[in-house]
Amino acid sequence: MSTVKKTKSTAKKPAVKKAAVKKAAAAPVAAQVTASDNGHHGAEGSGVRRRDFIHIAAVSFAGVGAAAVAMPLVSQMSASADVLALASIEVDVAAIQPGQAIKTSWRKQPVFIRNLTPAEIEEANKVDVGSLRDPQTLADRTKPGKENWLITLGVCTHLGCVPLGAAAGEVKGEYGGYFCPCHGSHYDTAARIRKGPAPLNLAVPEFAFISDTVVKIG
Amino acid sequence: MSFPWAQEYKPQGTVSKWVDERLPLPRLVYNAVGAGYPVPRNLNYFWNFGVLAGVALVIQIVTGIVLAMHYYASVDGAFNSVEHIMRDVNSGWFVRYAHMNGASFFFIVVYIHIFRGLFYGSYKAPREMIWLLGVTIFLLMMATAFMGYVLPWGQMSFWGAQVITGFFSAIPLVGEPLRQLLLGGFAPDQAALNRFFSLHYLLPFVIAGVIILHIWALHIPGSSNPTGVSVKSEQDTVPFHPYYTAKDGFGLGIFLIFFVAVTFFAPNMLGHPDNYIPANPLSTPAHIVPEWYFLPFYAILKAFTVDFGIPFTGIILIPAKLMGVLAMFGSILLLFFLPWLDTSPVRSGHYRPLFRKFFWYGLIPCIVILTYCGGKPPYTQWVVLSQIAAAYYFAHFLIILPIVSRIERPLPLPNSITEAVTGKPLPAAA
Repeated sequence: MSTVKKTKSTAKKPAVKKAAVKKAAAAPVAAQVTASDNGHHGAEGSGVRRRDFIHIAAVSFAGVGAAAVAMPLVSQMSASADVLALASIEVDVAAIQPGQAIKTSWRKQPVFIRNLTPAEIEEANKVDVGSLRDPQTLADRTKPGKENWLITLGVCTHLGCVPLGAAAGEVKGEYGGYFCPCHGSHYDTAARIRKGPAPLNLAVPEFAFISDTVVKIG
Repeated sequence: MSFPWAQEYKPQGTVSKWVDERLPLPRLVYNAVGAGYPVPRNLNYFWNFGVLAGVALVIQIVTGIVLAMHYYASVDGAFNSVEHIMRDVNSGWFVRYAHMNGASFFFIVVYIHIFRGLFYGSYKAPREMIWLLGVTIFLLMMATAFMGYVLPWGQMSFWGAQVITGFFSAIPLVGEPLRQLLLGGFAPDQAALNRFFSLHYLLPFVIAGVIILHIWALHIPGSSNPTGVSVKSEQDTVPFHPYYTAKDGFGLGIFLIFFVAVTFFAPNMLGHPDNYIPANPLSTPAHIVPEWYFLPFYAILKAFTVDFGIPFTGIILIPAKLMGVLAMFGSILLLFFLPWLDTSPVRSGHYRPLFRKFFWYGLIPCIVILTYCGGKPPYTQWVVLSQIAAAYYFAHFLIILPIVSRIERPLPLPNSITEAVTGKPLPAAA
């Protein structure tokens, strides 16, 4: 604080003016009280008062405290432990014939599990990957030796609708995969985006075959 | 409103001026809790508790809104949803413990606030309306706290709801139908839980509204002060900001230290373990007591054990159950009449030797005893003690205060607040 004491007259003027305004405003007796414990060192006065330190320290402390309290009040809105605990499911896919697909639910979201026909696999592999909006091969999206099992989230990457094409008789879109009726996104047989507003391919969740016919998602 | 020497709000920048001409909200704040509100210069720390009560309400509303995001009012799910908040929701334990203890701390600061009003005669003219609104807030708080306590649907919640709504069945003729109307059934169940949740969410905002009226009414005569002497000149006051914003800020810091210490280190100190048992409509807990802040009133309820009738005739005029309920409500409603029961023109207890004796050696011990007895099982010695204390409570307000006001010779009052503070008389020019 000793440096503060010696602050030169450049900074002095506005501060003195401020103090004067305060004095005039407060009741006369009260003003005397403030003047005496204002942190003014002697009659010369100074640009920065000791009390400024108290003000800054107190307000900063309150600010840090408020931020510390705000954190739990915001974080309580994120997924709770019981929601995160529903992380994985196991699905028996033995009954799904080539060309068929099922819908199941994982983390409260639809999942499509499709058993691709050889023709669909061939069609997917025919596409020039470089021409795709979200370049991925079918092999990138399936497990080695199990290329016929295409497992994706049934959530359109545009705005989250459930695309059609999994159940029998549903529209499969111009590329024979999935079609989102909300805003007209077309996905191909590898569930890659080909046409429409969606930016990305249908997401492939983490999954693994734990036996020949049982797949664990998540 | 306020005193002629109150500072006027002067908007500085063009934006402030533009806003001030269209919606003078900053001006309102400036005049309410800013430099535009002159306050007696001699307020002690008891005058912090109004602001603290306001902060406590804000804490309850903020944490309560968060809890309502995770709670569901269903007899099958309510208890589990509270446990879900405690175990699964991120920081949920903190928010719930803050809300739970926040209620207790709200009552602590409000009781000290009421104590301040009782001792310093803050209820007297011209501040009667502030007092009446304050008692109204207190009643609303009690209703809100009770309904909130029911929501976790534990054993104490359920049986608390059963007992409190049972009060209404004491009313002759319409009692039982009224109780069924309030509960939406024959016993507390889904209908009661749902409406309690709805009202528990609503009432805090009603309280906030009445608080605005409370502060509005306060700003007509201005704050009272420890001497009880009215403000006479500018010398007697200082602007609310920065003098009392700083003092209230300091008091708030101390308050939060206590609040946080209990919330983190003894969160269940003020609660009952029985409320961690899910509600069971077929089994009452061995010892059922309300939360600590209701204990004095609970003791008054339990103190009435004998029917009131004409002696030796067997005619019962008022059954004991009804007497207890009337007395319990009466003990609070009584406070509405306080400004007219205490007729002494001297406000502060400092200058009232006789009043002060009855206050410290009569009223305060009486309330302590009632609080203590309220938490005790209904054995004879506690019941007798409650009866004596309850009798004193009513006698204090209805008999002693009016008589004391008449016969007491008050000490000489200082001529002004400034004189009381500085010991020097006010200059004649002022």
